[in-house]
Amino acid sequence: MTDKTCRASMRALAALLLALVVALAASPAAFAEEGGYPDANINVHDQASLQRGARLFMNYCVGCHSLKYMRYSQMAQGLGLTEKQVMDNLDFTGAKFGQPIVSAMSEADAEKWFNKAPPDLSLEVSAKGADWVAAYLKSFYLDPATPSGWNNTVFPNVAMPFPLWQLQGEQVAVMNPPEDGQPATVKSLKLAHQGSMTPAQYDRAVRDLTAFLAYVSTPDELPRSRIGAWVVLYLVLFTLFALVLKKEYWKDVH
Amino acid sequence: MADESINKGRRRFLTASTAVIGGAGLIITAIPFVETWLPSARAESAGAPITVDIGKIESGQRVRYGWRSQPIDIVNRTPKQLEWLAKQDPRLRDPDSKEPQQPKYCQNATRSIKPEWLVFIDICTHLGCVPDYYGDIKPEPFDPDWKGGYYCPCHHSRYDMAARVYKGVPAPLNMVVPPYHFVDDTHIQIGVDPKGAV
Amino acid sequence: MGAVTQWFNDLTQWFNDRAPGLGVAYKKHLSEYYAPKNFNFMYYFGSLALLVLVNQIVTGIFLTMFYTPTASGAFDSVQYIMRDVHWGWLVRYMHETGASMFFIVVYLHMFRGLMYGSYKKPRELVWLLGMLIFLALMAEAFMGYVLPWGNMSFWGAKVIITLFSAVPVVGEQLVTWIMGSFVPSDPTLNRFFALHVVAMPLVLLLLVVLHLGALHEVGSNNPDGVEIKKHKGPDGRPLDGIPFHPYYTVKDLFGVGVFLVICAIVIFFEPTVGGFFLEHDNSIPANDLVTPASIKPVWYFSPFYAILRMIPSKGFGVLALLASIVALFLVPWLDCGKVKSIRYRGLGYKVALTIFAIVFVLLAAIGADLTPGWIVDIFGPNADITSIENLFGRTLVVLYFGYFVFLWAYTFFGWEKTKPVPERVTTHD
Repeated sequence: MTDKTCRASMRALAALLLALVVALAASPAAFAEEGGYPDANINVHDQASLQRGARLFMNYCVGCHSLKYMRYSQMAQGLGLTEKQVMDNLDFTGAKFGQPIVSAMSEADAEKWFNKAPPDLSLEVSAKGADWVAAYLKSFYLDPATPSGWNNTVFPNVAMPFPLWQLQGEQVAVMNPPEDGQPATVKSLKLAHQGSMTPAQYDRAVRDLTAFLAYVSTPDELPRSRIGAWVVLYLVLFTLFALVLKKEYWKDVH
Repeated sequence: MADESINKGRRRFLTASTAVIGGAGLIITAIPFVETWLPSARAESAGAPITVDIGKIESGQRVRYGWRSQPIDIVNRTPKQLEWLAKQDPRLRDPDSKEPQQPKYCQNATRSIKPEWLVFIDICTHLGCVPDYYGDIKPEPFDPDWKGGYYCPCHHSRYDMAARVYKGVPAPLNMVVPPYHFVDDTHIQIGVDPKGAV
Repeated sequence: MGAVTQWFNDLTQWFNDRAPGLGVAYKKHLSEYYAPKNFNFMYYFGSLALLVLVNQIVTGIFLTMFYTPTASGAFDSVQYIMRDVHWGWLVRYMHETGASMFFIVVYLHMFRGLMYGSYKKPRELVWLLGMLIFLALMAEAFMGYVLPWGNMSFWGAKVIITLFSAVPVVGEQLVTWIMGSFVPSDPTLNRFFALHVVAMPLVLLLLVVLHLGALHEVGSNNPDGVEIKKHKGPDGRPLDGIPFHPYYTVKDLFGVGVFLVICAIVIFFEPTVGGFFLEHDNSIPANDLVTPASIKPVWYFSPFYAILRMIPSKGFGVLALLASIVALFLVPWLDCGKVKSIRYRGLGYKVALTIFAIVFVLLAAIGADLTPGWIVDIFGPNADITSIENLFGRTLVVLYFGYFVFLWAYTFFGWEKTKPVPERVTTHD
């Protein structure tokens, strides 16, 4: 790089790369639309957390929601459980070990009871994000205006009644003073009656359940991160050899 | 371009070592692609072991089950059929079941765990047809000296009451005995070896 | 060693006796293809594009083995690949990351061409064939994007296909013809599948062969933009040229290594790239009644999509979209400058190309719907997002097309003050 003009062209390139970097660095703003929720703070590599989450799911969710893309056998592998442990403690639907986790409730019943079949949750975290799921599970409150008696600040007028109310207890809304003509909006939520868990315990339960659903969305994350470091390490080694080889051959070029 | 000062040995060494590292990487990369062809979790699930109730199968009766899309025949052999079994040896290709067509625990005179219960995959070792059950000990058109067994309608292969192949037919091997074990006196699980057996 | 060499020579001879053309081709394209010795960083992206093409073909073949091209089965079969097939997730992530990487290297490859005037005489044909590859690649990527049949696939297909309704007279019929129905559905998916896995790869391969063939006829350009064939040694070889093999094969091998490290980090640690490479809304099965909150194409289409969106008229929007690509085709004839490389061109050209590159990236940001967040950050939550975005975006559209107008006027009227181009290449590493 001896020539001044050459440096100018490099500057043009640098400017372009800088612009790219700026665009990417600013990209978290893109997730603001689905984000804006507090960090769910989950760890899918924490097997104990996943196991507790699975237990919560099987006790409170699988009655209505399926995980149709996840098999009990695959879940056992990801959660580090034996077939017997899964079949005794987590499989309440009577499915075989190799079968998917499908809710015992038939779709026809669901339509009859809820007007709309509860959605499959296999890809819920992929679609909505872990932060959304965690925030949603913490944002139910009593609202006599809805058919189920429950409402949610993250998902207004949600059809689902709050299934974890025995754990968290009952929240009520603190409303903003109504502005003229506008319906009143929720200012904050207040725990009116504590359930069987303290707020800290409930936070942990939500974290576990969200971690479990995140794992169910992308079970490949576990093998991926296990193998990934080795692949990168190998490629770096290969690149170093290629660099030395290139330098050796290019000794010829004057 | 060629320079006097270049070190040919070093260059060859670097070329070879980079090629070896790169080649090893390519081969290791090929492994996942080859393994995509293994039975998937769905196929594994469909091929899971089955448990069948044999309590109602009468002596001399044959019942067929499907396992991994293959016909599994279970026969409750009569004492007569068992008696003739040992006397067939000279007429058979592999009377002692030397070929690995059965688990170790079935490499015996009756090719079974319990003498009366024959469990095997009813697929002819010739070209994969499903032989028919001819259990009666009486002269048959395809064999005047028939002592019970299986006959393949496709190319006339014949098997005795332990699914062992006769000499002089196109099929080369005895039919396969799958892994199985007795859960209790009236239930067999197909696809799983008995505890402790290999 | 001696025996191995002997055996290898015999084998080479055996082939040479039976197919003498092979040896000729090997010499023409590799061992005796003389490339300028001053290639810099920007010259890695051609071979990397070829590498990604191979990756897409290999991983694509394996995905085809497990994918079901029906509206009812496609989404499930992708999850089947991700969960039930051994290593299916790896194959799919390689294909998905490869698609985005393809566009990154192709965009940089094209920018390299603009920087060093690689489209100028005698390389216009190389540029044209390259642009055709780019077009074919966009079609290939779009149809591939539809196949997983997520909600974004479905609505992306619907929006893009509906663009054809801007065609005068037959527009509506054309849309129905492409879909084979009145919404994207089984017939659409089946024809896209056939085109994506059979037709377009064949077209791409053919175009790549022609692109390379055309390049090797005229020889590679270089960062100095000088013709190395002008100065040949007594042996007839260009003095500033070196045989592609081994010098650039080993150099590109290094580039491949660095590139694969980046790809591996993406594939193993962040395969969705925060929703850029794999979008969140595509985790929801196609639903013809529920539109995703914000319909946007994958990032690599977003600059062109932004141009479409910023024009407040359907017909002119589609025309502008077309024109933005056609303009690139015309660059060899718009640029009347005598000098190829940016190193020796006038200041105006350097500034214009830099602005053009930045405009392209910012258009991408608009197309990817990043700008509303930026506007709120800068102007506060009560800002009139639409007006500000339109003002910003339309300025960018004007600047995008302005580049081509400027390029023509600047060079045609002789306003450009170039620097003397050296006779021989100046730098190399």
